[in-house]
Amino acid sequence: MKSLKVILNGLVTENPTFVLLLGMCPTLGTTSSAINGMSMGLATTFVLICSNVVISLIKNLVPDKVRIPAYVVVIAAFVSVLQMCMEAYVPAIYETLGLFIPLIVVNCIVLGRAEAFAAKNNAWYSALDGVGIGLGFTFALTLLGAIRELLGTGKVFSMTVFSENYGALVFVLAPGAFIALGYLIAIVNKIRKA
Amino acid sequence: MVYLLIIVSAVLVNNIVLSQFLGICPFLGVSKKIDTALGMSAAVTFVLTLATIITYLLQKHVLEAFGIQYLQTLVFILVIAALVQLVEIILKKVSPSLYQALGVFLPLITTNCCILGVAILVADGTYKLPEGMEPNLLAGVVFAIATAIGFGLALVLFAGIREQLRFSNIPKGLEGTPIALIVAGLLAMAFMGFSGVV
Repeated sequence: MKSLKVILNGLVTENPTFVLLLGMCPTLGTTSSAINGMSMGLATTFVLICSNVVISLIKNLVPDKVRIPAYVVVIAAFVSVLQMCMEAYVPAIYETLGLFIPLIVVNCIVLGRAEAFAAKNNAWYSALDGVGIGLGFTFALTLLGAIRELLGTGKVFSMTVFSENYGALVFVLAPGAFIALGYLIAIVNKIRKA
Repeated sequence: MVYLLIIVSAVLVNNIVLSQFLGICPFLGVSKKIDTALGMSAAVTFVLTLATIITYLLQKHVLEAFGIQYLQTLVFILVIAALVQLVEIILKKVSPSLYQALGVFLPLITTNCCILGVAILVADGTYKLPEGMEPNLLAGVVFAIATAIGFGLALVLFAGIREQLRFSNIPKGLEGTPIALIVAGLLAMAFMGFSGVV
């Protein structure tokens, strides 16, 4: 029962993008299409789950004063693993996401969960928290990516919905990212209040 | 002349915040007042320049010399974290007035992704250079300083608009973050006008 609650907490109550407003750089930078947003979300989820588990296991071994550098090293190690795996198995996606893969290290969501959840709970719940927060992030990125792709090119996941001639290209470019996310957060706020 | 091209490209055409999406957190977080925006920009310029020089030298003389490039992310983030601490300690002793001014912004910089981002771009030589130019340390440093100026420009412009926003009539649902993001979008659209200049 508590397990389910931990997962739902990350997906809905503490959704990192819509509620906590964390990790804005990848949210805006990688959502030019739904598939890019989803890949970035899943990559971050992988790092979140691994780092959450390891940090919850070593939390009693690390002195309090050096905990932040220690957490950062753990996170950076998993990011390097992810980087090498993606370069080997999905080079096309690795190429598109580019700089944003190594930058998962400084994504405030990952360090934030390490400090706020993994440092206080056991490995099982920390893993579930990683799944919940990670999927919440993936959902937000996929949704934003799909909206931008649809408004910009008339496609969702590369499937044509309406002709490209009616798309407003600006939504795929930089300004569209800010504007689309602004309205999306306004809508989510409205739904949450209702 | 080529360095002028790098500067124009990094400050206006490929602005780090408004077209590369790096450093959005401080861009949204400390842009409520022009004063704090200026303090943050100064701190970023300072740390970014130092971090770029140190990580570039490390990449060329340690990581590449020993063939351990896969440790790049790990080494760079540690160097940046240590550097921020060091800068804080030195500033406190050498120039208390500057420390007072930058004080609160320094620790925030470790998690500013434009520092790590620019360090990786310069070390890998994958940033935008004028045609036919080979990446080297001087070009990297000019690029880093120009990027920091671009960050400062975007931040100060945005803070100026946000100060005015407080006096305007905003639709209720858009108050707070949504209107800030939409303003940033319009600012990004204005900066798009520079594309093709360099």
